[in-house]
Amino acid sequence: MSERIVIDPITRIEGHLRIECEVNQGKVVKAWSSGTMWRGIELILKDRDPREAWIYTQRICGVCTTVHAIASVRAVENALGLEIPLNAQHIRNMIIAAHGIFDHIVHFYHLSALDWVDLVSALKADPRATAALGQKLSGWQHNSYEEIKAAQEKLQALIDSGQLGIYGSGYWGHPAMKLSPEVNLLAATHYLQALEYQRSINKVVAILGSKTPHIQNLAVGGVANPINPNSQSTLTMERLFYIKTLIDEIGAFIHEVYMQDVAAVGAFYADWTAIGAGVTSYLAVPDMPMNTAGTTFDLPGGYIPDGDISKFQEIKSFQDTFFRDGVKEGIKHSYYDGDWTKHPWEEETAPKFTGFQEDGKYSWVKSPTFNGKPAQVGPLANVLCMYAAGHEPTRKYVTAVLNTVSSLAGSKVGVPALHSTIGRHAARAIRCALLHDTLGRQWQLLVDNIGRGDYATFNPPTFPKGEQRGFGFHEAPRGNLSHWVVIADGRIKNYQCVVPSTWNAGPRNGDDAMGPYEASLVGTPIADPQKPLEVLRTIHSFDPCLACAVHLVDGRRQEISRVKVL
Amino acid sequence: MAVLILGVGNILLSDEGVGCRTVEELEQRYQFPEAVRLLDGGTAGMELIGAISEADHLILIDALAAGRPPGTVVRVEGEDVPATFQTRISPHQLGISDVLAAATITGDLPASMVLFGIEPESMATGLALSAVVRAGLEKIIKAVVEELTGLGLPPLDLVDTVDGVDVVD
Repeated sequence: MSERIVIDPITRIEGHLRIECEVNQGKVVKAWSSGTMWRGIELILKDRDPREAWIYTQRICGVCTTVHAIASVRAVENALGLEIPLNAQHIRNMIIAAHGIFDHIVHFYHLSALDWVDLVSALKADPRATAALGQKLSGWQHNSYEEIKAAQEKLQALIDSGQLGIYGSGYWGHPAMKLSPEVNLLAATHYLQALEYQRSINKVVAILGSKTPHIQNLAVGGVANPINPNSQSTLTMERLFYIKTLIDEIGAFIHEVYMQDVAAVGAFYADWTAIGAGVTSYLAVPDMPMNTAGTTFDLPGGYIPDGDISKFQEIKSFQDTFFRDGVKEGIKHSYYDGDWTKHPWEEETAPKFTGFQEDGKYSWVKSPTFNGKPAQVGPLANVLCMYAAGHEPTRKYVTAVLNTVSSLAGSKVGVPALHSTIGRHAARAIRCALLHDTLGRQWQLLVDNIGRGDYATFNPPTFPKGEQRGFGFHEAPRGNLSHWVVIADGRIKNYQCVVPSTWNAGPRNGDDAMGPYEASLVGTPIADPQKPLEVLRTIHSFDPCLACAVHLVDGRRQEISRVKVL
Repeated sequence: MAVLILGVGNILLSDEGVGCRTVEELEQRYQFPEAVRLLDGGTAGMELIGAISEADHLILIDALAAGRPPGTVVRVEGEDVPATFQTRISPHQLGISDVLAAATITGDLPASMVLFGIEPESMATGLALSAVVRAGLEKIIKAVVEELTGLGLPPLDLVDTVDGVDVVD
């Protein structure tokens, strides 16, 4: 007999997502992913000056402010055929990389680790055995008995004070929780340490972007960071060297903690390398442009159809027509008027809410396709595409993580294991290490270029009469993001954002093929339909961020106590 | 004592952005003592933990949909502030509740907290505040100035009268 599970909203994500599953004989047989808020950025931007679009797009989402700003200026520059100075590319790249590192660490430790780590069990651990385990995994200097014992005491105090409620969705003692008390305690210790490290890497974004959470230094045509090695009010060598210190500090945490923890979770939950693959066509764009035109990149990208790495096709430049012509969005199952599949430049935004209809319209999210098929995006797509492109550093980290997993699990775990729920976590850690490498490289290139006497950061844009069309892409923490703009006589005529969570959370498309979330849930075992931890594990592994996939309609009405009306 | 005045919300959804709009207005009208920091937090979450943990006193400003007449301003204090964000009546509560939870664990939660919440009228797509929330915003500005004055950190009015002439920064 089949049973329905509805999780609404999925917590520990930004935005509102509703997942409905049909469970039969302990397994998910059907799934629906439904975004419950509507986004109207396209309407706000219509008729505005294209030079200020990025200021508004970075307000779409609280987690991805920076990424929408970057994609927006790239889209307008693309429409104008405008190149930007080399310094501007490097400064943007450093902001992107630092933001990505911050985002991946927060996601693993603070938004998803509690799906795998049982904090209550960690109290039963022996801190000495935990320290020994930590020291076996890596040379991390903060895996000492004292630090682990202090973390355990903090945890005990938190539980004693009854404040564990802040983790309202924690499934303590769930049958699918399998880590030993020692592994749980080690992970909990790193959870606390990660809070410190993510703060420090976010300072890089704040220094270069002038402010965080909303960076101020972008401009269509470059960046607004004046460079003058002799002036204190500009980007000085002193500030650049402080940034270098911050970059160096986080490196050890990524390599000795994050990558090791992911490998340990992968090894102890080896069954999850066979769960949650879903859509195995992968799309990722190249990023970290190395020249003014955006025709060479530090990190490659492309498209892998049907999980077949040998059929990888590279996306080569900011002007790439294979990417430009391959992206479409459909609304057959979305709350918009009609039933069409269109290129982003041709889309219109006409909302029409019908309520949840499982065979009809059931989501505010549209269904994107690449060359007519759904595609999975995100760090896994990114890492697999870089692997397929023969990117050496990617191959090195993939091999290292898989070797650690194999040795802990006591059996050989290969690349195919990455097509899974746990594979998405592993890929995110690998990508974090690659971003850290490129952050250091971009820093060096910027310093070298300034050393050669090049201080340029901005090429002023000019808007010709008539119509121009542009697209800007960015490989964001949650996957590839593209902004599409049509400019007429210097004003925005149409603007569409095709965002990572639209690719992944999208409903069935025009051909009724399931989106990546939906497909990844089919076949997932469910131990207890009242506590569907397994569904959360797979959905969280994508790092959902629905705030920009759609936007808001509803505010809940609920009285709270002890407020004073002024 | 370090004070953080943090306005949160989404400016693309009319009244939802009232927290950010209030911070903008405060910055334009007053000069603040060095110990007072103003921040437009947008809808960010964990990115705010640095700023929050550096504060001894946190003044949060946000839209709060609780079924009161639109424009109503409420004041919430102390432990009820994190509790408010957990009861999910602020539309972007996820970010703030995450960050307050994290600060609780690390022991970085500011010693005292005040939330000024305002009942929204419209959360439709758009950049402008409704007239009634605009009026409520003035109440919050007054309350924030009083709050700071009570703490011994009064802001300096930039639109001040010197010899009958308006001096505007």
